[in-house]
Amino acid sequence: MDTFLQQLVNGLTAGSVYAVVALGYTMVYGIIQLINFAHGEVVMIGAMVAFTMINLLAPAGMPALAVLLIGTGCAIPVCMLVGYSMERFAYRPLRGAPRLAPLITAIGISIILQHLALLVWSRNVLAFPQIIESRTYMFGGTAITNVQVAIIAICFAMMAGLALLVYRTPLGTAMRATAQNPQVAGLMGIDTNRVIAVTFIVGAALGAVAGVLFGTYYGVAQYTMGSILGLKAFSAAVLGGIGNIPGAMLGGLLLGVVEALGAGYIGDITDLCHYGVFAGTLEACKDGGNFVLAGSNYQDVFSFLVLILVLVFRPQGLLGERVGDRA
Amino acid sequence: MNLLEGRGIGKRFGGVQALSDVSFSIAEGEVFGLIGPNGAGKTTLFNVLTGIYPPDKGGFAFNGRALDGLKAHQVAVAGIARTFQNIRLFANLSSIENVMIGRHARTRAGVWGAILRTRRTLEEEDGIERRALELLDFVGIRARANAPAGSLPYGDQRRLEIARALAIEPKLLALDEPAAGMNATERVALGKLIQAIRASGVTVLLIEHDVRLVMNVCDRVLVLDYGEKIAEGRPAEVQSDARVIEAYLGRPRAA
Amino acid sequence: MKHPWAVRIGVVLIAVTLAILPFALAQVGTAWVRITNYAVLYILLALGLNIVVGFAGLLDLGYIAFYAVGAYTYALLASPQFGLHLPFWIILPIGAAVAAFFGVVLGAPTLKLRGDYLAIVTLGFGEIIRIVLNNLSRPVNITNGPQGIGGIDPFRVGEFSLASPQEMFGLDVSGPIKYYYLLLAVLIAVILVNLRLQNSRIGRAWEAIREDEIAARASGINTTNIKLLAFAMGATFGGVAGGMFSAIQSFISPESFVLVESVMVLSMVVLGGMGNIWGVVLGALLLSFVPEILRWTVEPAQMALFGRMLIEPEVIRMLLFGLALVLVMLFRPAGLLPSAVRQRELTARGQGELTERST
Repeated sequence: MDTFLQQLVNGLTAGSVYAVVALGYTMVYGIIQLINFAHGEVVMIGAMVAFTMINLLAPAGMPALAVLLIGTGCAIPVCMLVGYSMERFAYRPLRGAPRLAPLITAIGISIILQHLALLVWSRNVLAFPQIIESRTYMFGGTAITNVQVAIIAICFAMMAGLALLVYRTPLGTAMRATAQNPQVAGLMGIDTNRVIAVTFIVGAALGAVAGVLFGTYYGVAQYTMGSILGLKAFSAAVLGGIGNIPGAMLGGLLLGVVEALGAGYIGDITDLCHYGVFAGTLEACKDGGNFVLAGSNYQDVFSFLVLILVLVFRPQGLLGERVGDRA
Repeated sequence: MNLLEGRGIGKRFGGVQALSDVSFSIAEGEVFGLIGPNGAGKTTLFNVLTGIYPPDKGGFAFNGRALDGLKAHQVAVAGIARTFQNIRLFANLSSIENVMIGRHARTRAGVWGAILRTRRTLEEEDGIERRALELLDFVGIRARANAPAGSLPYGDQRRLEIARALAIEPKLLALDEPAAGMNATERVALGKLIQAIRASGVTVLLIEHDVRLVMNVCDRVLVLDYGEKIAEGRPAEVQSDARVIEAYLGRPRAA
Repeated sequence: MKHPWAVRIGVVLIAVTLAILPFALAQVGTAWVRITNYAVLYILLALGLNIVVGFAGLLDLGYIAFYAVGAYTYALLASPQFGLHLPFWIILPIGAAVAAFFGVVLGAPTLKLRGDYLAIVTLGFGEIIRIVLNNLSRPVNITNGPQGIGGIDPFRVGEFSLASPQEMFGLDVSGPIKYYYLLLAVLIAVILVNLRLQNSRIGRAWEAIREDEIAARASGINTTNIKLLAFAMGATFGGVAGGMFSAIQSFISPESFVLVESVMVLSMVVLGGMGNIWGVVLGALLLSFVPEILRWTVEPAQMALFGRMLIEPEVIRMLLFGLALVLVMLFRPAGLLPSAVRQRELTARGQGELTERST
């Protein structure tokens, strides 16, 4: 049971980050039916910029919170600019084109961003400096650190903030209208180009913060961190229902938990020695040994499997997709 | 001899009962009209008959064989070919390629035949091309054989779609509002084409709104309203049926 | 045909050039022969993917998985890994069959998906295969995991091995030069097969599905089977290329089959001209040679100008590659040598029902 709860806590932490990144994917897909492959790189850039600032400021002896805020404060505008630029210059001209074109463009942008980051920061791994006093709280046999609490809290705050924006403000209504039917939204006086640009910008800002949180949690940031994180977050968005904002939140948390539990238990589940049929016959099982078919090194496969299973068996996701008529 | 018999067909979409208990029969060699006000369920019935989706209740037999539940391509192979209300041509391919694709189900060359270009394959390809030209001729657009289908004038596009459907060698040709968007001259020509198709041995089922065309061309009609059958019979009989008049037919429409 | 003599002379010139090319390149350095060989392998891959993406319109982002399957099949049957050393003319058909099998298995779940989802699922499959190959060293060592499999047998017929240099007809013929001629022969055969497939009943069925799947079904085409056929055929070419890759490189590891490779092959198809066989060949040639030429020129240029490597050629290559993708999509989405059909498809954007992409 302890393993279960512990993995649950870990899963919720990673899952909250996935959820925030997933929001970026889901909002963009909902509004222009594009899988923004480059979103993962935006998150990575957020982490890298913030870490650079943080490492610059850390020796100065300022309070950890201030350092983090400044670092994140630098990351957000950079990411917003990146997000805006890709929409304005690469995606907007392709609005009416067949789906293949923006998809290829997105892949191209992802490659460009990744290698620009490689140019700027090289292959070095940026480490998170020891400025936070780590405190661990114990609940029974389960540990949760202050960093984990902070990450979960911040992510939930961001999700709440976004929900407020989308469901309670005129801008949010404009976003939802454009997502449902861009032509009619335009006829109602909504500047759809502006709304779409804002969608990218908001997604990028959220992604920047998520990147910082992710980097803080794992202690490192590197130019490659965007791809896998992006793919997992996209899986989460699809799991919840693409285009569906509450869906992205749910999908992210769920994926994080499934991944953590899976990684925790798959070694046990696929250990053939636990099954009577094999325990007697396999050489490796003697003297309490293991014959593990698939260990936690298969962790990344989980998000792919989830993605594939959802798309094949329930493509609308858990909460249903929200994609409008493509005009 | 009844070519197609529908028995108690029902279909529901969410809260809407699109078809309820529709039964009818189409005799071999006749031109059978399917009419009714908008939303009556005509296209739904069409889609059920051509395998786009299965009926919830009831079914239909074609040439004595139950076909409900078969997939669209299986229905086509069994002998029912259709055209679409919104014209679904392979727009970027040429007219002749469109019709040649229609021959797919009646020909057999596979990967090995394609790669090795055996004599049998080459003969088959020749036959496909010849038949396609014949069909283009039959519908009157042979001159446009090599033009991209999307570049054809609207009336010709409809004819092309009919030619492609005929390429399957159907026993029943199902036309979904073939006269939509045509002017008076084109409609008369269409009527003639339908007669020619019937003369060639193909039974025709058509959805149409154009009353004059229906009167002139159809041997019998089925009238639907709100998913239910309200009349079936010769056009003249149906025209004077009180329920039908009430539904919509009978008001003189300027041609 | 307007100038038949010009065409004939052109063909002869090209044939002669191709025949003497490896020896000419060998003067500059054997490395260039090797580069050419890898370029031909990429052309084979691009042609295989072209069947799936170009002919049938199925966006496959995980194509490299079939290359991997072919490569590992060969490696497992002709290396010290299991101590098996079957001859290549037995293994290649096995590899092709295994790859075709995977093509069907990976393609089947994707049949009902629309365009972008199809892309993502195939991407997922590609990654899963790579991760599995990377981890199949425990509990039983099948693939030797990240360390890969080395000592793979070259193609051999009796005493004649394609890997070892020897003197023939008074010329120094190195291993790579021998492989070059084999690859050239295979390439010509594959191009011919593709041309014939394109112009056949099956090729038309693929086109129909790409244009309008619903109309294709109504025309009597069993779209499920025809799509699976596209996957199987594409995979087969990938598998054969993979087997040759194993033999030529004599060492393979999961590193050669990463996502970027799938993207690279897809880009060759897209940049060259999706659906146009010659366009695809051109795309593959460009994307294989330009980076090498870059590396050849950029390294000394940077050393001369800056005294050190400011930017690694690899990074420049990828930056330019990404930029090329974006620019081509913006300005010439049908590719460098577009097929007439694709050109029509992509220039009639958003104009009415008939050109609507109902992926």
